[in-house]
Amino acid sequence: MNWEGLAFQAVDGLASASGLFFVAAGLSLIFGVTRIINIAHGSLYMLGTYIAVSLASAIGGPLGFWGGVAATAIIVGVIGALIEIVLLRRIYSAPELFQLLATFALLLVINDAALWLWGPQDLLGPRAPGLRGSLEILGRHMPSYDAFLIVIAPVVLCVLHIVFVRSRFGRLVRAATEDRDMLGALGVNQSVLFTAVFALGAFLAGLGGALQMPREPASLGTDLTVITDAFVVVVVGGMGSIVGSYVAAVIIAEVKALCIGIGLVALGGVSVNFSKFTLIAEFLVMAVVLVARPQGLLGRPQIAVRGEAALEAPIRSASRTLTVFGIAVLVILAALPFLARSSPYTLVLGVDVLIAVLFATSLHFIMGPGGMHSFGHAAYFGLGAYGAALAVRWFAAPMGLALAAAPVAAALGALLFGWFAVRLSGVYLAMLTLAFAQIIWSIIYQWQDLTGGSNGVLGIWPNPPFDRLPVFFLLSLALVAAGVVLMRRILLAPFGYAMRAGRDSPLRAEAIGIDVKKVHWLAFAVAGTVCGVAGGIFAFAKGSISPETISIDHSVNGLVMVLLGGLGTLSGPIVGASVFAILQDFVMQETEYWHALLGGIILVLVLAFPSGLVGGFLRIAARWRRP
Amino acid sequence: MRAHAFIVGVVLAGTACLSPLAPAAAQTIKIGELNSYKSQPAFLDSYKKGWEMAIDEVNNAGGVLGKKLEVVSRDDGANPGDAVRVAEELTAGEGVNILCGTFLSNVGLAVTEYAGNKKVFFLAAEPLTDKITWQNGNRYTFRLRPSTYMQVAMLLPDALAAKKQRWGLVYPNFEYGQSAVAAFKEMMKAKQPDVEFVTEQATPLGKIDAGAVVQAIADAKPDGIFSALFGGDYLKFVREVDTRNALKDSVVLNLLGGEPEYLDPLNDEAPVGWSVTGYPWNEVTMPANKAFVAAYQARYHDYPRVGSVVGYLMIKSLAAGIAKAGSTDTEKLVDAFRGLNMDGPFGPFVYRAIDHQSTLGAFVGKIALKDGHGTMTDFKYVDGASVLPSDAVVKTLRPASAD
Amino acid sequence: MTSLVVTSLSKNFGAVRAVDNVSFSIAGGEFLALIGPNGAGKSTCFNMINGQLAPDGGTVLFDGRGIAGLPPREICRRGIARTFQVAATFGSMTVAENVQMALIAHTREIYRWWRRAASYHRPRALDLLRQVGMQDAADRPCSELAYGDVKRVELAIALASDPQLLLMDEPTAGMAPGERNDLIRLVKALVIERGVSVLFTEHSMDVVFAFADRIVVMARGRIIADGDAKSVRGDPLVQQAYFGSGRTFERAGGVS
Repeated sequence: MNWEGLAFQAVDGLASASGLFFVAAGLSLIFGVTRIINIAHGSLYMLGTYIAVSLASAIGGPLGFWGGVAATAIIVGVIGALIEIVLLRRIYSAPELFQLLATFALLLVINDAALWLWGPQDLLGPRAPGLRGSLEILGRHMPSYDAFLIVIAPVVLCVLHIVFVRSRFGRLVRAATEDRDMLGALGVNQSVLFTAVFALGAFLAGLGGALQMPREPASLGTDLTVITDAFVVVVVGGMGSIVGSYVAAVIIAEVKALCIGIGLVALGGVSVNFSKFTLIAEFLVMAVVLVARPQGLLGRPQIAVRGEAALEAPIRSASRTLTVFGIAVLVILAALPFLARSSPYTLVLGVDVLIAVLFATSLHFIMGPGGMHSFGHAAYFGLGAYGAALAVRWFAAPMGLALAAAPVAAALGALLFGWFAVRLSGVYLAMLTLAFAQIIWSIIYQWQDLTGGSNGVLGIWPNPPFDRLPVFFLLSLALVAAGVVLMRRILLAPFGYAMRAGRDSPLRAEAIGIDVKKVHWLAFAVAGTVCGVAGGIFAFAKGSISPETISIDHSVNGLVMVLLGGLGTLSGPIVGASVFAILQDFVMQETEYWHALLGGIILVLVLAFPSGLVGGFLRIAARWRRP
Repeated sequence: MRAHAFIVGVVLAGTACLSPLAPAAAQTIKIGELNSYKSQPAFLDSYKKGWEMAIDEVNNAGGVLGKKLEVVSRDDGANPGDAVRVAEELTAGEGVNILCGTFLSNVGLAVTEYAGNKKVFFLAAEPLTDKITWQNGNRYTFRLRPSTYMQVAMLLPDALAAKKQRWGLVYPNFEYGQSAVAAFKEMMKAKQPDVEFVTEQATPLGKIDAGAVVQAIADAKPDGIFSALFGGDYLKFVREVDTRNALKDSVVLNLLGGEPEYLDPLNDEAPVGWSVTGYPWNEVTMPANKAFVAAYQARYHDYPRVGSVVGYLMIKSLAAGIAKAGSTDTEKLVDAFRGLNMDGPFGPFVYRAIDHQSTLGAFVGKIALKDGHGTMTDFKYVDGASVLPSDAVVKTLRPASAD
Repeated sequence: MTSLVVTSLSKNFGAVRAVDNVSFSIAGGEFLALIGPNGAGKSTCFNMINGQLAPDGGTVLFDGRGIAGLPPREICRRGIARTFQVAATFGSMTVAENVQMALIAHTREIYRWWRRAASYHRPRALDLLRQVGMQDAADRPCSELAYGDVKRVELAIALASDPQLLLMDEPTAGMAPGERNDLIRLVKALVIERGVSVLFTEHSMDVVFAFADRIVVMARGRIIADGDAKSVRGDPLVQQAYFGSGRTFERAGGVS
């Protein structure tokens, strides 16, 4: 690779940055004003590509393409406004994470709607009329359309900037972003402003999606990919900063382009393929930025949002009746192998539910009482699973030893990453945990000789007598029950109180002599360790594991479980995980459109039970008890 | 634990009650099928049509052993953990002892591992990794499609005939791409020792940054390119190659590039002249194929893809195997499948006793444009048996415990 | 007996010299008010003593040992407790648990992880609550309390660590005038009983002049007066700093 080649790659990278910028700018704008993290923003981008391809193919010619792009942006803007009016308006006052869950559900629904409308095939749009050719730069051909993209993003950036500085709408948007109370004082009709901002954000996403038509086929997988990338861009650039989004988009696109440009090189006798780093380049950038400058490159230091957290009722120890009840349930579960002799699948599902319960309970441990919203909890599940599996594979460890290796591996990871994570809070902490999970995922994915790469590790089966399902179920039950009881005891003990003290009021906690960061760091490690046990059980239950255990999907599943159950009670995650695991099992069997069904169910739950299933149940019970 | 754990118990107990207490007296032969329908719809949509057609054909002809075939189909969630759970649900819940399907290599391997451990019959339809029949092979697992190794070997003559020294490689960065490129490198080095690999682009699956990748390859000035891209990555790569006027003087080989699933979305932008493996469904004149295409079109008003053939042959193979075994007993079925002779749209093939790999082949040729659509020209059918290594080599690849 | 000695304390924010060469001291058992108009630097000064800000120059000695630049939890362990301008308690705990938490932290027991926290130091917590008049609310969630009661609970929390010095940042902010005097009277009674010194900032001048033993007045980062109520009230520099003319202090109290 010569310098000219690298320079050309760098210029070309700006074209990729444009696509990232449009979607990230919209996301950032919406977050700045409404404080909603709109996961469905990726869906709006995806819809943009689909609609543009449909319009361009149906109408044809320059009008079809360019007119189609413009029409698409408007259509998606209208869709955005509708989403805001129909759904989001109902959840502005809900806790931040519930809004996230609702928009995630929306993403699932829109994805299936697109499948139903456009079918499963990737749709490749036409090339841009008038810009089909290429320009010659540095002896190489750059597509004219790429050159157009390189120019259009800064143009849109300038237009947005002028709008925000000059117009009344712009001033209101800035006021809303920077000082909520002032907005209220100005007597602005908030709902109109929010709808307008959401429509503008959606418009930008639709425009970004439409403009990608000649470069990327419309595909059902785009939504999650794009939202992840956009998130990274927004966090790196600084939440709410449009210019920051552009700078971050350029940096990330450049790092990727250069990784590809450098390609295969020999470093000290070892050949390193830089093109493989494109998998995590953006997450590495994000991790570095978050550690060094938590508010993002151009963001303002975050105002403590934790104070807004919904006030929680004190956690109380179980009453005698409840304790007896709990023990009874445990006994019933222990008897399940005998009760369910005629349907062995009950035990299979039972083990999965138990694993989910431990996964969710450990996540709740840091999310609820710790107030640390981890978006990368699957990392510790995966480390546990790989710890156990690799102990078997490399050291031929017996099951007992391998199961002991699981929490150790997870604990080491959690101690390392937790140390950085607890220095942040809110969305930034969430994104850093996500970045760490992606980095672990990528190491495991790439380090084929050690971890088996994308295939994972195969042949991790339990030793007798645990190779019999009923016995394995009982073992899982014992481990999970022990883990849940342990975490419960910790939460009711001084350490758990110190965690909550640090969450409720970090300043007050420090002022009475609590080292909040250390407490939260250890809490992070405890949660990671327990989660590792869940991963270990998982490895032996399935007989094989692969990097998917660490995927974003898996982390998101954990979040959904915890939020379904509700953050405020200790039994929330148990119920949430059970309901989610069983629901997923049934829904997956019953319908082709299980994403949409799952999303629909989540939406209903979020709207009907804003405090989670257990919170909702307790409220109904309380109302019922009162005459 | 608190009161709410009770709900878990109730639900678990409820599951126990809802499940059928005893499998209904077997009027049908149940086959458990699992695949990544949601994650890989482009391929699996036609695959499903293929197996549904085969089921009707078999059942209309009176079924097997006097019973009708019934497929219980599930989504495998596109990840090994969910796939194993689904496999457990199919075997433990639905009571099937025959599993088939899967698309992704890692999912296929996980189910292979499950089948071997639980002694359940498994016909892996689509996953290409060599490990399913070789390194991780077991007594209970068979595979229908030609493996990565076989597909690479099919394209190899074109690579050798080009007599190019400098090669560039591009592949999706997961098991299939990695093993395809590893196999290509090894075979090239063996047959053409002066070969040189000047660039290697491992792109994230489904997220190729095509412009940069094409440029990086072009800058390395290779004379030949070996690509294992498919799906959306393939579309983007082809378009960028054309827009950038790149790789004009290079020979390009693209594994799977002629499969209608991946070629058709390109329409008139199909990369003319690239050597590919695939399935030119309307050009293959073998009578068996013509009959299959006619039946498929009559039924679906759509043309078959590779997935259609895979789905179709999967069920046909199972029907033939069960008929040959004279029973659905797992051990007998395994014995029947060893050396099972089949006939299909591509002609005859056999499930080899030595490694449980079928000798189903693929079409190798060059991409051409016809009426504004991509198709294959100068193609020939390469029998899978002709590209597999010698029995002695295969024996060293497969664990002894697999037989 | 001198409890706290502040010498030449300075802090800059960019080009602004927020606190400029400030020196004063508090004797044991003294009730000292730190006052000044908005932007005078009293909060900055306060936050350097409680550990929230590190000073750019100067020293803070407590019982003869330097505490400047130590984190708040260290300063707490040296025997300095504090209350916040907006009362900070732990909303997800009961009133008694709030105090128990402070006691647990004081006895360095926060890393205990098995025995229930509710069983730690309960009698002592109830005793502290009785002293601030909140024993009847012991088992109510802290988040349900009226603001005046939260302030009392916060006082109990602060006293849980048996401090020698209590820092109070605008203790009566946000309270009704009647409540203000009650609260400060309570504080004064408690500290006299325990021999604790108090440093407090305050906007309400009637509270300051009624209760403070001594008053330190800051303006534009410097100390402009230091003395008892009478001398400060008559100080022309102080009047100048607050109003530029001779209006009364009582009006200023009403504005805050």
